[in-house]
Amino acid sequence: MLELVEITPPKKVGIIPCNGEELPEGTLTRFACRKVLDQIKPNNTVTICLPLFINNGKEERGFVENFPTITVDGCDKRCGQKITEKLGGKKPEHSIVITDLLKEHGINAPGSARTLVDMDQEAIDLVAGEIAKKVDEIISKPNDGGK
Amino acid sequence: MADKTTVVMPCSGIGKPYGEIGRQSTYTLMEDLCPGKVTTTCLAKLMIGDPDAVELVKNNPVITLDGCAQDCARKNVESIGKKPDRAVRVINTFKHHRDLKPTGILDLGEPGRKLVEILASDLALEIDCPAQKEGAADA
Repeated sequence: MLELVEITPPKKVGIIPCNGEELPEGTLTRFACRKVLDQIKPNNTVTICLPLFINNGKEERGFVENFPTITVDGCDKRCGQKITEKLGGKKPEHSIVITDLLKEHGINAPGSARTLVDMDQEAIDLVAGEIAKKVDEIISKPNDGGK
Repeated sequence: MADKTTVVMPCSGIGKPYGEIGRQSTYTLMEDLCPGKVTTTCLAKLMIGDPDAVELVKNNPVITLDGCAQDCARKNVESIGKKPDRAVRVINTFKHHRDLKPTGILDLGEPGRKLVEILASDLALEIDCPAQKEGAADA
Protein backbone atom coordinates (compact mmCIF):
# COMPACT_ATOMS: atom_id res chain seq x y z
CA MET A 1 0.00 0.00 0.00
CA LEU A 2 1.26 3.41 -0.91
CA GLU A 3 2.04 5.78 1.89
CA LEU A 4 0.68 9.22 1.20
CA VAL A 5 3.06 12.00 2.03
CA GLU A 6 1.88 15.56 2.13
CA ILE A 7 4.16 17.77 0.10
CA THR A 8 4.11 21.34 1.24
CA PRO A 9 5.73 24.13 -0.72
CA PRO A 10 8.59 25.89 1.03
CA LYS A 11 7.59 28.78 3.22
CA LYS A 12 8.39 32.11 1.69
CA VAL A 13 9.69 35.24 3.37
CA GLY A 14 9.84 38.65 1.68
CA ILE A 15 13.12 40.50 2.07
CA ILE A 16 12.66 44.26 1.71
CA PRO A 17 15.89 46.27 1.49
CA CYS A 18 15.72 50.05 1.57
CA ASN A 19 18.30 50.11 -1.26
CA GLY A 20 19.24 53.64 -0.18
CA GLU A 21 21.06 55.04 -3.18
CA GLU A 22 22.64 57.88 -1.24
CA LEU A 23 24.44 55.87 1.41
CA PRO A 24 27.04 53.08 1.48
CA GLU A 25 24.81 51.27 3.96
CA GLY A 26 22.04 51.32 1.33
CA THR A 27 24.35 49.59 -1.12
CA LEU A 28 25.15 47.08 1.61
CA THR A 29 21.43 46.24 1.95
CA ARG A 30 21.36 45.36 -1.75
CA PHE A 31 24.42 43.11 -1.70
CA ALA A 32 23.40 41.35 1.51
CA CYS A 33 19.86 40.74 0.29
CA ARG A 34 21.05 39.37 -3.04
CA LYS A 35 23.40 37.02 -1.21
CA VAL A 36 20.48 35.67 0.81
CA LEU A 37 18.24 35.41 -2.25
CA ASP A 38 20.82 33.80 -4.51
CA GLN A 39 23.05 31.76 -2.22
CA ILE A 40 21.86 31.24 1.35
CA LYS A 41 18.07 30.90 1.21
CA PRO A 42 17.05 30.76 -2.45
CA ASN A 43 14.05 28.51 -1.80
CA ASN A 44 12.57 30.49 1.04
CA THR A 45 13.04 34.11 0.07
CA VAL A 46 11.82 36.61 -2.47
CA THR A 47 12.56 40.29 -2.66
CA ILE A 48 10.07 43.09 -2.79
CA CYS A 49 10.73 46.24 -4.76
CA LEU A 50 10.03 48.99 -2.26
CA PRO A 51 9.10 51.78 -4.70
CA LEU A 52 6.52 49.51 -6.32
CA PHE A 53 4.51 49.75 -3.11
CA ILE A 54 3.75 53.38 -3.68
CA ASN A 55 3.27 52.65 -7.34
CA ASN A 56 0.31 50.36 -6.59
CA GLY A 57 2.31 47.21 -7.19
CA LYS A 58 -0.47 44.69 -6.62
CA GLU A 59 1.88 41.74 -6.32
CA GLU A 60 4.05 43.55 -3.77
CA ARG A 61 1.16 44.69 -1.61
CA GLY A 62 -0.53 41.31 -1.88
CA PHE A 63 2.64 39.51 -0.87
CA VAL A 64 3.19 41.68 2.18
CA GLU A 65 -0.41 41.23 3.25
CA ASN A 66 -0.11 37.46 3.11
CA PHE A 67 3.50 36.60 3.87
CA PRO A 68 6.02 37.49 6.56
CA THR A 69 8.62 40.10 5.73
CA ILE A 70 12.01 41.26 6.94
CA THR A 71 12.96 44.88 6.29
CA VAL A 72 16.62 45.80 5.93
CA ASP A 73 17.30 49.50 6.37
CA GLY A 74 20.61 51.23 5.88
CA CYS A 75 20.05 53.92 8.50
CA ASP A 76 17.83 54.76 11.41
CA LYS A 77 15.34 56.61 9.26
CA ARG A 78 13.97 53.08 8.72
CA CYS A 79 12.35 53.96 5.38
CA GLY A 80 11.80 50.32 4.42
CA GLN A 81 10.12 49.50 7.70
CA LYS A 82 7.93 52.61 7.64
CA ILE A 83 6.77 52.08 4.06
CA THR A 84 6.06 48.41 4.70
CA GLU A 85 3.96 49.25 7.75
CA LYS A 86 2.12 52.08 6.02
CA LEU A 87 1.39 50.50 2.68
CA GLY A 88 1.61 46.81 3.49
CA GLY A 89 -0.80 47.21 6.37
CA LYS A 90 1.23 45.30 8.96
CA LYS A 91 4.54 45.27 10.75
CA PRO A 92 7.44 43.29 9.34
CA GLU A 93 8.36 40.17 11.32
CA HIS A 94 11.85 41.56 11.77
CA SER A 95 13.47 44.91 11.09
CA ILE A 96 17.22 45.10 10.64
CA VAL A 97 19.06 48.44 10.72
CA ILE A 98 22.52 48.19 9.20
CA THR A 99 24.13 51.00 11.18
CA ASP A 100 23.04 49.39 14.46
CA LEU A 101 24.14 45.92 13.40
CA LEU A 102 27.59 47.06 12.25
CA LYS A 103 28.09 49.05 15.45
CA GLU A 104 27.08 46.08 17.57
CA HIS A 105 29.71 43.92 15.86
CA GLY A 106 32.41 46.57 15.59
CA ILE A 107 32.52 46.42 11.80
CA ASN A 108 33.09 49.51 9.68
CA ALA A 109 30.54 50.60 7.10
CA PRO A 110 31.63 50.53 3.47
CA GLY A 111 33.42 53.65 2.33
CA SER A 112 31.45 54.22 -0.85
CA ALA A 113 27.88 53.85 -2.07
CA ARG A 114 29.17 53.29 -5.58
CA THR A 115 30.85 49.97 -5.13
CA LEU A 116 31.83 47.59 -2.39
CA VAL A 117 35.37 46.27 -2.14
CA ASP A 118 36.96 43.13 -0.71
CA MET A 119 37.22 44.60 2.76
CA ASP A 120 33.44 45.11 2.80
CA GLN A 121 32.84 41.37 2.46
CA GLU A 122 32.80 40.96 6.24
CA ALA A 123 29.95 43.46 6.47
CA ILE A 124 28.03 41.78 3.63
CA ASP A 125 28.44 38.39 5.31
CA LEU A 126 27.32 39.76 8.67
CA VAL A 127 24.14 41.34 7.30
CA ALA A 128 23.33 38.39 5.06
CA GLY A 129 23.86 36.02 7.99
CA GLU A 130 21.55 38.07 10.19
CA ILE A 131 18.84 38.08 7.52
CA ALA A 132 19.20 34.31 7.05
CA LYS A 133 18.97 33.77 10.81
CA LYS A 134 15.71 35.72 10.91
CA VAL A 135 14.39 33.76 7.92
CA ASP A 136 15.12 30.52 9.80
CA GLU A 137 13.28 31.82 12.83
CA ILE A 138 10.23 32.61 10.73
CA ILE A 139 10.07 29.40 8.72
CA SER A 140 10.63 27.22 11.76
CA LYS A 141 7.48 28.57 13.41
CA PRO A 142 4.66 26.03 13.22
CA ASN A 143 1.46 26.98 11.39
CA ASP A 144 2.26 30.63 10.91
CA GLY A 145 5.04 32.80 9.76
CA GLY A 146 4.66 31.99 6.12
CA LYS A 147 2.69 30.01 3.64
CA MET B 1 20.08 72.60 -16.08
CA ALA B 2 23.28 74.63 -16.02
CA ASP B 3 23.04 76.72 -12.86
CA LYS B 4 21.58 74.34 -10.33
CA THR B 5 22.56 70.99 -8.95
CA THR B 6 20.85 68.28 -10.94
CA VAL B 7 19.25 65.55 -8.86
CA VAL B 8 19.49 62.17 -10.55
CA MET B 9 17.08 59.64 -9.06
CA PRO B 10 17.65 56.02 -10.05
CA CYS B 11 15.06 53.40 -9.18
CA SER B 12 15.71 50.87 -6.43
CA GLY B 13 15.22 47.74 -8.50
CA ILE B 14 17.37 44.72 -7.58
CA GLY B 15 15.55 42.03 -9.52
CA LYS B 16 17.17 42.82 -12.86
CA PRO B 17 20.44 44.49 -13.92
CA TYR B 18 18.80 47.64 -15.27
CA GLY B 19 18.23 49.12 -11.83
CA GLU B 20 21.93 48.75 -11.11
CA ILE B 21 22.82 50.33 -14.45
CA GLY B 22 20.76 53.37 -13.46
CA ARG B 23 22.46 53.56 -10.07
CA GLN B 24 25.96 53.15 -11.48
CA SER B 25 25.22 55.79 -14.11
CA THR B 26 24.20 58.12 -11.30
CA TYR B 27 27.46 57.52 -9.42
CA THR B 28 29.45 57.98 -12.63
CA LEU B 29 27.82 61.36 -13.16
CA MET B 30 28.36 62.39 -9.54
CA GLU B 31 31.96 61.29 -9.18
CA ASP B 32 33.49 61.23 -12.67
CA LEU B 33 31.63 63.29 -15.24
CA CYS B 34 29.82 66.03 -13.35
CA PRO B 35 31.35 66.33 -9.86
CA GLY B 36 29.64 69.07 -7.88
CA LYS B 37 26.87 69.43 -10.44
CA VAL B 38 24.97 66.20 -9.80
CA THR B 39 23.65 64.69 -6.63
CA THR B 40 21.16 62.02 -5.61
CA THR B 41 19.07 61.02 -2.66
CA CYS B 42 17.43 57.82 -1.56
CA LEU B 43 14.18 57.09 -3.35
CA ALA B 44 12.89 55.54 -0.14
CA LYS B 45 13.52 58.80 1.74
CA LEU B 46 11.32 60.55 -0.76
CA MET B 47 8.67 57.93 -0.19
CA ILE B 48 8.51 58.60 3.56
CA GLY B 49 8.38 62.35 2.94
CA ASP B 50 11.78 63.09 4.44
CA PRO B 51 11.87 66.93 4.45
CA ASP B 52 15.46 67.22 3.20
CA ALA B 53 14.87 64.80 0.33
CA VAL B 54 11.59 66.46 -0.65
CA GLU B 55 13.15 69.94 -0.60
CA LEU B 56 16.12 68.80 -2.68
CA VAL B 57 13.92 67.24 -5.34
CA LYS B 58 11.38 70.04 -5.45
CA ASN B 59 13.95 72.82 -5.79
CA ASN B 60 16.29 71.38 -8.41
CA PRO B 61 16.18 69.90 -11.89
CA VAL B 62 15.50 66.17 -11.69
CA ILE B 63 16.35 63.26 -13.97
CA THR B 64 14.76 59.92 -13.15
CA LEU B 65 16.36 56.65 -14.26
CA ASP B 66 14.04 53.66 -14.26
CA GLY B 67 15.07 50.09 -14.81
CA CYS B 68 11.70 48.89 -16.06
CA ALA B 69 8.39 50.09 -17.44
CA GLN B 70 6.89 50.41 -13.96
CA ASP B 71 8.68 53.79 -13.82
CA CYS B 72 8.88 53.77 -10.03
CA ALA B 73 11.45 56.55 -9.79
CA ARG B 74 9.45 58.86 -12.03
CA LYS B 75 6.17 58.09 -10.30
CA ASN B 76 7.64 58.54 -6.85
CA VAL B 77 9.08 61.91 -7.83
CA GLU B 78 5.72 62.91 -9.31
CA SER B 79 3.99 61.79 -6.11
CA ILE B 80 5.48 64.79 -4.28
CA GLY B 81 4.24 67.16 -6.97
CA LYS B 82 7.45 67.43 -9.00
CA LYS B 83 7.57 66.68 -12.69
CA PRO B 84 10.99 65.33 -13.67
CA ASP B 85 12.83 67.38 -16.27
CA ARG B 86 13.81 64.14 -17.93
CA ALA B 87 12.53 60.62 -17.35
CA VAL B 88 14.78 57.88 -18.72
CA ARG B 89 14.10 54.18 -19.06
CA VAL B 90 17.40 52.33 -18.86
CA ILE B 91 16.00 49.49 -20.93
CA ASN B 92 15.85 51.86 -23.91
CA THR B 93 19.62 52.35 -23.76
CA PHE B 94 20.00 48.57 -23.86
CA LYS B 95 17.63 48.36 -26.84
CA HIS B 96 20.07 50.52 -28.80
CA HIS B 97 23.02 48.34 -27.73
CA ARG B 98 21.70 44.80 -27.63
CA ASP B 99 25.22 43.39 -27.86
CA LEU B 100 25.90 44.80 -24.39
CA LYS B 101 24.04 42.30 -22.22
CA PRO B 102 24.83 42.65 -18.50
CA THR B 103 26.16 39.43 -17.01
CA GLY B 104 24.81 39.87 -13.49
CA ILE B 105 22.37 41.88 -11.40
CA LEU B 106 24.79 43.75 -9.13
CA ASP B 107 28.02 42.76 -10.84
CA LEU B 108 27.18 43.96 -14.33
CA GLY B 109 30.25 42.63 -16.07
CA GLU B 110 32.08 44.43 -18.84
CA PRO B 111 29.04 44.77 -21.16
CA GLY B 112 26.94 46.21 -18.35
CA ARG B 113 29.68 48.63 -17.37
CA LYS B 114 29.85 49.79 -20.97
CA LEU B 115 26.12 50.49 -20.90
CA VAL B 116 26.70 52.55 -17.75
CA GLU B 117 29.33 54.61 -19.57
CA ILE B 118 27.04 55.18 -22.54
CA LEU B 119 24.05 56.22 -20.45
CA ALA B 120 26.08 58.46 -18.14
CA SER B 121 27.82 60.17 -21.06
CA ASP B 122 24.50 60.83 -22.78
CA LEU B 123 23.09 62.38 -19.63
CA ALA B 124 26.23 64.42 -18.96
CA LEU B 125 25.74 66.20 -22.25
CA GLU B 126 22.40 67.47 -21.02
CA ILE B 127 23.71 68.57 -17.64
CA ASP B 128 26.43 70.87 -18.97
CA CYS B 129 29.28 69.22 -17.09
CA PRO B 130 32.79 70.70 -17.03
CA ALA B 131 34.36 67.28 -17.65
CA GLN B 132 32.21 66.85 -20.72
CA LYS B 133 33.24 70.27 -22.02
CA GLU B 134 36.91 69.40 -21.56
CA GLY B 135 36.34 66.09 -23.33
CA ALA B 136 34.58 67.84 -26.19
CA ALA B 137 37.47 70.29 -26.56
CA ASP B 138 39.95 67.43 -26.76
CA ALA B 139 37.93 65.52 -29.34
